[in-house]
Amino acid sequence: MSAVPSSQGQRVLEAARCGSPRPTTLRDARERVVRGLLLLAAVFSVLTTTTIVGTLAWETFHFIRLPEVTLSDFLLGTTWSPLLGAEKHFGIWPLVCGTLLVSAVGAAFALPVGLITAVYLSEYAPPRVRATLKPVLEVLAGVPTVVYGFFALMVITPALQSLCTWAFGRPVFPGYNATGAGLAVGVMILPIVTSLSEDALRAVPRGLREGAHALGGTRFDVSVRVVVPAALSGIMASFFLAITRAIGETMIVALAAGGLAQLTFNPASETQTMTAYMVQIFLGDAPAFGVENLSSYAVASVLFVITLALTMVGNLLLRMFREEYE
Amino acid sequence: MTGRPRTTAARVLQNRLFLAACLACTSLAVLALAVLLISVLVQGVPGLRWNFFSEYASRKPDRAGILAPLSGSVWVCTTCMLLSLPLGVATAVYLEEFARRTRLNRFIELNVRNLAGVPSIVYGIIGLTAFSRMFGLVGSADGTPLVLGDPESFLHLELPFGQSVLAGGLTLMLVILPIVIIASQEALRAVPRGLRQASEALGATRWQTTWQVTLPAAAPTILTGAILAMSRAIGEAAPLLVLGIPLFIASTPESLMDQFTVLPFQIYSWASRPQGAFHDLAASGIIVLLAVLLSFNALAIYLRIRLQRSTAS
Repeated sequence: MSAVPSSQGQRVLEAARCGSPRPTTLRDARERVVRGLLLLAAVFSVLTTTTIVGTLAWETFHFIRLPEVTLSDFLLGTTWSPLLGAEKHFGIWPLVCGTLLVSAVGAAFALPVGLITAVYLSEYAPPRVRATLKPVLEVLAGVPTVVYGFFALMVITPALQSLCTWAFGRPVFPGYNATGAGLAVGVMILPIVTSLSEDALRAVPRGLREGAHALGGTRFDVSVRVVVPAALSGIMASFFLAITRAIGETMIVALAAGGLAQLTFNPASETQTMTAYMVQIFLGDAPAFGVENLSSYAVASVLFVITLALTMVGNLLLRMFREEYE
Repeated sequence: MTGRPRTTAARVLQNRLFLAACLACTSLAVLALAVLLISVLVQGVPGLRWNFFSEYASRKPDRAGILAPLSGSVWVCTTCMLLSLPLGVATAVYLEEFARRTRLNRFIELNVRNLAGVPSIVYGIIGLTAFSRMFGLVGSADGTPLVLGDPESFLHLELPFGQSVLAGGLTLMLVILPIVIIASQEALRAVPRGLRQASEALGATRWQTTWQVTLPAAAPTILTGAILAMSRAIGEAAPLLVLGIPLFIASTPESLMDQFTVLPFQIYSWASRPQGAFHDLAASGIIVLLAVLLSFNALAIYLRIRLQRSTAS
């Protein structure tokens, strides 16, 4: 503070003058190297995508070129019998149908239940209830899918069977069926719907709620007629991302849905999904370059295209929602 | 709110009914978890004897154990974490701290989000093609691999990677990399801007700021995300199943090039057999798997609480 520099200050100034200033060349060079390395890491994810697209396209191309396969049969055919019978058929629709059936059962359970749970957690629940429910949902989200598969096989399907025996006098559901697997898929995606929807609901500005309450709305009016519509794009995003997970789910359907690819929308029937077909091929000792092996690449391509489209729509909705409120 | 006017009593009743529906739906989630845990415990606890942990897989249910899959899971998940943590955090640092909003960087960002939605079995197929078989470009045609280094030593490579621990770790890395990146990005975004500005005002470069200020501040959150990603990796069976890992092996891995099997795959195989005795074994295996995962979750929660306390003080 004093006008006359202290002796200590003078010493520091002198030292600074004598010592050669640290060259910035080295520092800048290091900065550039680090930046380059980090960019390389970031480019790795693009490389992953390129590899996925390239590999799937290349192998699918080889699959289509095989003499026993035609593109129109693959995309339009309604029979999928690659292993049995003298004549092999590669029509993708039975597998797509099985996937949609299981996902539809899961979604029919998880979307309404998940959304209502989210509304409860965000609008109704007292803090103490929230604090106990959130960890329960986190644990549900962390349970491995093979455990849900076991659950479907050992608990859900037998429960459905005894319920139907009690109601209709016969079990109705076979040991492997789409409903048992679908309900387990529903329990698996429930935490995704709940946590993403709750985030969306909580992001709705307080003012909207207060305005609706001031107009005399009950808590129901405020939550269902004001907050939910305001968060709609965020809620839709959670639905899309959850359905993507359901479609790509593998171990539950491999354990509980059975192995019969058929074109049916009967939820009590045995069915095979795209993912379960891949499991069947890779668990059996299919020759590395045979038609069965190549067919699993083609199925993977269809699965990849469907899930990619759904993820992109989901992320788009999420971005729309964020731009609206954040 | 259109339509004819409603009486107050009707509206209050409507509100009550909706609250009841809320409670029913919420308890459904709790009920699902409770039934799952209880059924697994009832079926699996009697099987948790000492030799369940010390025996290899067997065709006789009463002699079967999980020594090989348990050690395989530890090996492959450690490998996966050592690979994906640096790569994921580096990507997040690039996107959050270094990247200008160019078209390339926005594309990378979008790409990561979309990769997070790819089903794990598709990653398994890519792992099979790129790591296990290396596109058929390396090694001789009859399947004998190209060996680099002394095959007896810990540090040697066999190309292609085949069904080795390294191939499994790399494949799982593909699965959890988007999760690690997104969690790390959120952790970095939560670090107050003022910290970075203070550091840069002192003359620190972008990297000095990142390495000495931003990353240490974000480290606990990144670690929490990494633990959750790792619990995902421990539970994955589909991508490794595609690689063609064996079920019956009577040895534990000793190097990155050894064969392995994992706990979820063993559970799947036991659960898909018709005999009830194997289902009991699957339940016992699930208890072990869930115990590992719950302790990981507990660790993550503990870290989060400690983090909240240290930022509050």
